[in-house]
Amino acid sequence: MIVIQPNDFDVGEEYQTLVAGDTAAGAVVTFVGRVRDLNLGRDVLGLHLEHYPGMTEKSLQAIVDEAQSRWKILRWKIIHRIGDFHLGDNIVFVGVSSAHREDAFHAAEFIMDYLKTHAPFWKKELTKAGSVWVESQAKDMRAAKRWE
Amino acid sequence: MISVLFFAQLREQLQCEKLSVELPADSSVTGLREKLVEHHPTWLEFLASDKLLFSVNQTLVKASHTIQDGDEVAFFPPVTGG
Repeated sequence: MIVIQPNDFDVGEEYQTLVAGDTAAGAVVTFVGRVRDLNLGRDVLGLHLEHYPGMTEKSLQAIVDEAQSRWKILRWKIIHRIGDFHLGDNIVFVGVSSAHREDAFHAAEFIMDYLKTHAPFWKKELTKAGSVWVESQAKDMRAAKRWE
Repeated sequence: MISVLFFAQLREQLQCEKLSVELPADSSVTGLREKLVEHHPTWLEFLASDKLLFSVNQTLVKASHTIQDGDEVAFFPPVTGG
């Protein structure tokens, strides 16, 4: 399930939904991405996040389809927040359940690596010096390339 | 008619979120970009960036991709979500 929303999420609730009534799921991996106080040497005060409605959902579904073709996934959920954020706020949740940990670890990492390089979200950081659009980073492209 | 969208810093640089444009048949994304610059010469420096990404009907494509009448085309900088 893909959810794009301004509201925060509860990791505990999401975990329960992933496992409820499913005794085949021997492994659950959950990832949460948060707003960090220091990015590339800049003191960050907060950020604004925008996306391309429609394409966002379509690209995330394509990423999950690819993950499902590579690993055995039982249940999955992606939540990406948009709008205005403070330091320490949750930005993104990825949860994957599978029979064994290898599939769950790999699928969750793959989904995050591709989300960061293929899904149409953009961050604008609020710093003491003003607001700055975040530049994409080579390390994220390298992380995604590993899966080719 | 083609609908064209711009996102993030590109939208701010062009001061334009959305527009509609008529294109000759079999135009590519590159052709659309040239047409936009023809109408708005000041957009050249922003639309010429080789870092820009393009989507047609919400799927990432290459600049050589052919655009059909009624398509939704978007131009945007590299993505930075997550």
